[in-house]
Amino acid sequence: MSDLLRDDAGTAVLLGSSCGGCGRPSFPRSDVCCWCGRPDPDPVELSTTGTLWGWAVVHSAPPGYAGPVPYGMGVVELPEGLRVVSRIDVADEAALTQGRPVRLVVVELPTGDPEDPVLRTWEAAPC
Amino acid sequence: MLIAGVGLHPFGRFAGRTATDLGVVAVRAALAEAGITRRDQFQATFCGTAYGGVASGHKVLGALGLTGGPIVDVEAGCASGAAALALGVAAIDSGQADTVLVFGIEKMPKGMIRSSFFEPWREQAGLSATPAYFALRAQRLMRERGVTEDDLAAVVVKNRRNGVGNPDAMFRAEVTAEDVLGSRPVCGPLRLFMLCSPNEGAAAVVLRKGTGGVQLRTAVLRSHLPGNVLGEATPLAGLVDDGDIPSPTTLAADAAYEAAGIGPSDLDLVECQDTDAARELLAYEELRLCPPGDNAALLRDGTVGPGGPLPVNPSGGLLSKGEPLGASALGQVVELVRQLRGDAGARQVPGARIGLAHTVGRGANASVTIVSG
Repeated sequence: MSDLLRDDAGTAVLLGSSCGGCGRPSFPRSDVCCWCGRPDPDPVELSTTGTLWGWAVVHSAPPGYAGPVPYGMGVVELPEGLRVVSRIDVADEAALTQGRPVRLVVVELPTGDPEDPVLRTWEAAPC
Repeated sequence: MLIAGVGLHPFGRFAGRTATDLGVVAVRAALAEAGITRRDQFQATFCGTAYGGVASGHKVLGALGLTGGPIVDVEAGCASGAAALALGVAAIDSGQADTVLVFGIEKMPKGMIRSSFFEPWREQAGLSATPAYFALRAQRLMRERGVTEDDLAAVVVKNRRNGVGNPDAMFRAEVTAEDVLGSRPVCGPLRLFMLCSPNEGAAAVVLRKGTGGVQLRTAVLRSHLPGNVLGEATPLAGLVDDGDIPSPTTLAADAAYEAAGIGPSDLDLVECQDTDAARELLAYEELRLCPPGDNAALLRDGTVGPGGPLPVNPSGGLLSKGEPLGASALGQVVELVRQLRGDAGARQVPGARIGLAHTVGRGANASVTIVSG
């Protein structure tokens, strides 16, 4: 997970890229721009705040998931022009609205794997 | 190219029968229609399956005593059967074969589909919940195309009504809009009856160089372009500015129309990917059956309903049949062939001459197949 985000005192800083050719941002970080194919895009840290674009509540655990249910999942728009898939810390569809400001925070989840029991990932929390 | 034979094992749940058993039924029926009794009467076999495992195609032909030629298993997510079909067409077009067997088999695990596509961390983070992606896509269609929950229910009512006439479907009972809107919420706005069931089944097609009968005009497979966060490629990120990025379905449809020398207005019927009710409405615009924004209008004015000018999913669609990944695309082709032969019984589209089949799923892979008769 260390290649996806940096934990800044609980704030999740997503690690992306910005292409010097087409100018587009991408996430996750890679060696080649995923939009235009130009090698060596610049590593960037993405905005830690954005707005909610879409959301859903998952009521039963999908295969391979050992965390709590229900949980929220959706898409956050970042000012860089990216839409990022994200957990959402609100598991109530009626409590959310499109365009609501959110911030990205680090969350720890049980993995069910005794050798690596905790996953550190990101989720969106309403500001 | 002639579709010389088709065969199907009904779609559903069949305890005690292996995927091989299902495949044998479909392949035997297709070979019988094509008049094939010996291994030297076809030169290649392509087997679509996503969950079948190693040498799935060999097991089926082994059970029939028909091994000896090349047998290739093909995985392309929900489009696996269509990808196998495209390879079969290529084998004939290249001159390597005169006659090719193409089939698809699947026994899907029950419950939410688990896909090796997702890395373990993404499953552990809860970001592999397929119905949530479907729901997010449905929400977008509602926001940007004026689709309502009643429209989503109407897709299910239409397809389940069509399914009553299909003896090979898993669900053969009509449902009302109230039934659909009263079924268990899965991920808003999608409810249980709005999602198709992964299940089991097999379908087979024999292709042969030649004229007459039902003709396979083209079988096109395409993958996604990057950019759409809600596309079937299920990326972690997409662009806010994604309006001009054609979907894999549109890429496949445009190529198929060009190859077949027809346009959407020439179609008499369509079998499309109704994995969920919203997916069918999205397919209308992606296949260019309507301009973006007229998706629900096509449903509301009866265009795509039974007796309408362009029936969509007269078989009952995946919402009635269920979805055995490797078999579903070829099941659509079998349905089109039966319709074009006039053999579709209660669900017959009168005078059907040109049909289109569409699948899209993991990869992303999208396929569009056009047949005429």
